[in-house]
Amino acid sequence: MIPVQHYLVLAAGLFSIGAIGVLVKRNVLTMFMCIELMLNAVNLTFVAFSRHLGRIDGQIFVFFVMTVAAAEAAVGLAIIVALYRNRETLNVDEASSMKW
Amino acid sequence: MNILVNYVVIPLVKIVVIVAILSGGIAYLTLMERKVIARLQHRLGPMRVGWHGILQPIADGLKFIIKEDIIPIKADRFVFTIAPGISLVPAFIVFSVIPFGPPDSLWGTGGYVTDVNIALLFAVAVSSVGVLGVILGGWASNSKYPLLGALRSSAQMVSYEVAMGFGIIGVLLVANSLSLVEIVEKQRSMGVWFFFVQPIAFLIYYFCGMAETNRLPFDLPEAETELVGGFHTEYSGFRFSLFFIAEYANMITVSSLAVTLFFGGWLRPFSSVAALSFLDIIPPPLWFVIKVLIFLYIFIWVRGTLPRFRFDQLMRIGWKVFLPVAMANVMVTGAILLKFL
Amino acid sequence: MIDQIIFYTLAFIIVAMSLMVILARNAVRSALYLISALLGFAALYIRLQAELLAGVQILVYVGGIMVLFLFVIMLVSVRTMEHQARQTRQWKAAVVIALGVAAELIYLIVRGGSIFVTKQPPDALLTKSQNTQVVGEALYSTYLLPFEIASVLLLVAMIGAVVLAKKKI
Repeated sequence: MIPVQHYLVLAAGLFSIGAIGVLVKRNVLTMFMCIELMLNAVNLTFVAFSRHLGRIDGQIFVFFVMTVAAAEAAVGLAIIVALYRNRETLNVDEASSMKW
Repeated sequence: MNILVNYVVIPLVKIVVIVAILSGGIAYLTLMERKVIARLQHRLGPMRVGWHGILQPIADGLKFIIKEDIIPIKADRFVFTIAPGISLVPAFIVFSVIPFGPPDSLWGTGGYVTDVNIALLFAVAVSSVGVLGVILGGWASNSKYPLLGALRSSAQMVSYEVAMGFGIIGVLLVANSLSLVEIVEKQRSMGVWFFFVQPIAFLIYYFCGMAETNRLPFDLPEAETELVGGFHTEYSGFRFSLFFIAEYANMITVSSLAVTLFFGGWLRPFSSVAALSFLDIIPPPLWFVIKVLIFLYIFIWVRGTLPRFRFDQLMRIGWKVFLPVAMANVMVTGAILLKFL
Repeated sequence: MIDQIIFYTLAFIIVAMSLMVILARNAVRSALYLISALLGFAALYIRLQAELLAGVQILVYVGGIMVLFLFVIMLVSVRTMEHQARQTRQWKAAVVIALGVAAELIYLIVRGGSIFVTKQPPDALLTKSQNTQVVGEALYSTYLLPFEIASVLLLVAMIGAVVLAKKKI
């Protein structure tokens, strides 16, 4: 039986790795993947607590997080395709204007 | 010590046996396909190697291993190398949850590697990983036909997965369990195969299975007449044979799941009718294999008969026919179950 | 003992793969490493007796979302990015901030460890064979309203994606 703190430390570390990725990377796609990583780190804490407390609610929350992640991926990737079509770039720094 | 035997040794032995049988089965499935197609076209098929070509798969295997393994200069070497593996491994992993015999067979260890409580979800989820191998292989080749093939296949597989999932939910509602062993046991206790309870679900599952395995009439990802060879155009030798094996392994997976879900798995026909108990002379795993072979034959038969769909037709059938019908099936099944049970 | 070995192996794999996600040179490689990390998460969920979630994790993330990512990566040829600098200039600041956050989180977790009494948790709601049933019941009773709202969210996202990606409607 692994104590819940170990899961929490792991999740905190993964969340930070994801955060570094979002802040550092230039490629929109990679940034998106890092956001998915952060969401998964949070999911891990939910499931760990669900096990620790013996309640199912944490797992339900993970379902909702996954739903949001799926919705976010669909919209976000559509935006990326639109961006690429108009600007021929995936670099976030070049997508600086509100209108083209 | 007991734990070691129960959870490590016995499963390992079973895994080795299943992988061995499966590999042999895949090899001879290629021969069966060539022979059946040949019969459909009034040819003889392979005749040279051994009696009526019985050793042909061995010769083919040797040829694949001896041939030069070419990696294009512009290819992404790492991804190009591992893509065939990604497509092959999930096809084999699914067999860890498919039951071949009743739980009390094989000296009480059960006729399966493991019986998990999410077996069906696991099978569907793992087989959905296989598409990544196709996509990555097509992308890593860095060539236009493989890329087109990979794009087509990712769109096709993801769309048909949805309809397939909804088709399976019909069975779940009736069986009330995700465990494949329990689904078969339920078919025995109800005395009827789920095909007769859920015929629409079966048809949707089987057609979507054909699409998932990239078989005719849904073989657009490899459509040799328009895309050269689709996602595996740049592959040769051993790596090509891995993609090839993955396709046949997936055919066996789809057939095995169809048998387990809809045709009573290891049960003999009319398992509740005592008058037919002389059929028990054939052991349960053999019944399973016989049923799977029938479905594999249908796969080949369809390939020999039907032409290929156009891509827009394919998408329309997937999203506008299969998916709504599968959803309606789930709703009707649920309503009937609520009303009468 | 076996518990510990499995947990630390998985944790090591996940952390290594996550690091590779941000260190990899191109987006396809990143996606590959992320897929490995996500499979690791699924394995951890099984260890935490959330079998249904493990299956859904593979089905939704690996079989759905990541396939979508790879699909888009192929549509927009990534190779245009390779000659540019991969990192923004703020990377030093970013690393400092993120490591600070990590240190803070880990410090809080370790210091607050006494809150989480290590005991055998109550298994009443998480019995092994019924995970799917328990989740389903909670989802369709206690959490019915959020569940319906989530379905509306998915519908909105779907329409939004179609509108954004289509040139002319």
